[in-house]
Amino acid sequence: MITSTTEPVETVAASPAGRALRRFRANRIGMVALGFVIALGVISLVFFVLGQLGIPWPMDPNATNLERKLLPPNSINWLGTDNLGRDVFSRLLNGAYISLTVGFVAVFVSLTIGVTVGAVAGYFGKWVDNLIMRIVDAIMCFPTFFLILTAVALVGPSIFNIIIVIGLVSWTGTARLVRAEFLTLRESAYVQAARALGQRGPKIIFRHLLPNAAAPILVTAVLGVPEAILAEAGLSFLGFGVQPPQATWGNIIADGKTYILDAWWLILFPGLAILLAALSFYLTGDALRQAVETRSERQ
Amino acid sequence: MTAFIIRRLLISVVLLFFISVISFFIITLTPGSPYPWGELNPKVSEEVKRVFREKFHLDRPLHEQYAFIMRDLLTGELRSIKDERPVLEKIGERLPATLVLNLGALALSLSFGLMLGVYGARHAGRPPDVITSVLAFVFIALPGFWVSYLLAIGLVNYAAIPILGTHTIGVTFANGWEVFLDRWWHVMLPASILAIGGIAVQSRFIRASMIETLREDYIRTARAKGLDENVVFYRHALRNSIRPLITGIGLLLPALIGGAVIIENIFAYPGMGRLGYEAVLERDYPTLVALNFVTAALVLLGNLVADVLYAVVDPRVRLE
Repeated sequence: MITSTTEPVETVAASPAGRALRRFRANRIGMVALGFVIALGVISLVFFVLGQLGIPWPMDPNATNLERKLLPPNSINWLGTDNLGRDVFSRLLNGAYISLTVGFVAVFVSLTIGVTVGAVAGYFGKWVDNLIMRIVDAIMCFPTFFLILTAVALVGPSIFNIIIVIGLVSWTGTARLVRAEFLTLRESAYVQAARALGQRGPKIIFRHLLPNAAAPILVTAVLGVPEAILAEAGLSFLGFGVQPPQATWGNIIADGKTYILDAWWLILFPGLAILLAALSFYLTGDALRQAVETRSERQ
Repeated sequence: MTAFIIRRLLISVVLLFFISVISFFIITLTPGSPYPWGELNPKVSEEVKRVFREKFHLDRPLHEQYAFIMRDLLTGELRSIKDERPVLEKIGERLPATLVLNLGALALSLSFGLMLGVYGARHAGRPPDVITSVLAFVFIALPGFWVSYLLAIGLVNYAAIPILGTHTIGVTFANGWEVFLDRWWHVMLPASILAIGGIAVQSRFIRASMIETLREDYIRTARAKGLDENVVFYRHALRNSIRPLITGIGLLLPALIGGAVIIENIFAYPGMGRLGYEAVLERDYPTLVALNFVTAALVLLGNLVADVLYAVVDPRVRLE
């Protein structure tokens, strides 16, 4: 193994964040996965910006060309064309942009709700905690995807509604986690000290409890993105996702399934895209979890 | 023991109440037209709308609406908008097929998840563990509908595994045993695909639980006694880390039943998931409320049974 001479070997204990970062860097699978995540983000951002500027790159995802329909992958259409002659690669990029938007914004929504609810339950405890956690338990009994499908179908499928519904349905895990963290942290010496010094609820929550629960919250956030991406793909596949002509990974497969025996590229590539995107986020999240887990320090 | 079960039952009743309120809110609090047709559809007269509102008590305040829906649901009077049949009857028809599919998938998830997780923990930190871990995440990240299509094509072309329905159509079997085999033969593929994610999730839980148990003092004692590592691992550690097998039921069932909506559609499997998808397409509110309520109640029941079973098996639980 080659050790870099420019980086001094740290002998004093670094900050927890620094330690976590170093452990994350040492995780090769995590680094590769993070690389994929960043690449995906950059490509779909470039695609989106160029699209907004009116420069279709690599092609306009919605431009039809019936003379070039259902072509297998070739030098012009790298991943082939669909039944209307649209470029599959461009449509996949459009799908990437949609999936990432849904993933990140839905996680933001669910995180906001989950952290708030969990913080309230964990900080106040007693009957407030009891009531909130029973409601969380009740929500967790619902079949998640069916609940999302029902709600999206009732409010009407649009990218905004999908994001809101996925966010509204998937906050329970975060709430449980934040509550558990708070229940432990609440009893810690420094919180007791802060309380003895006369600090009030909000200040204790934001100054002392939340920052110390930030690491596990970040992990659930990263692991929540692929959940949302997969849910969106499933909704799109059933026809309740982002509506055509807007291309998403799910609806490319749904449209392509009619031609499944003749045009394998319409099924294979969008599915691989979903798999790769979700897998990259899961592996990044798992590496992150290993990096921030304090328990492993005791090993 | 009795106190524990009574406590669990009481909590379940409270949860059931919350479940009913949430199911009700899904339809009443979602913005948009309450009608199965569009709000501004000119072909629908005011009279029809009024009758509809009265029928579903939409002209009443919210708490009364809730009371009406729950009364109708529990007395079996809640009827589908589409064919006016009692909703519970429609769900009852689909229940056996759904149970077979989901319990099959659950059994596969728990058993294969256990194997994969134990294998990972046995080689913790070494290449076999890394490979099974990545594999588990691949399984979780696989979109079920995509796998279904890839597999369906392969199986139709190269093997005689059925990909549609619950039984062979137009064949009379000699006895009940053959009918039974035929059903399982049909449910195998959808159940396996449905179980892929569950296997992965379950293996992660089991692996974490095993690794945690292996850090316990009694494991160190067992090793210090000079016991064979296999005995320590499979007899001492494994038995004490099967908690995820029980909690897994509660965590996996909602995901399985939800995932079944897509899988049942692809394989033309007449379960509750397909009924739900049809109800969504028709904006059949009573069926949707009832389906969400019944499935959540079933999950709750599953949890309750698991909890009680677990308390019977593990004395530590009763103390909590």
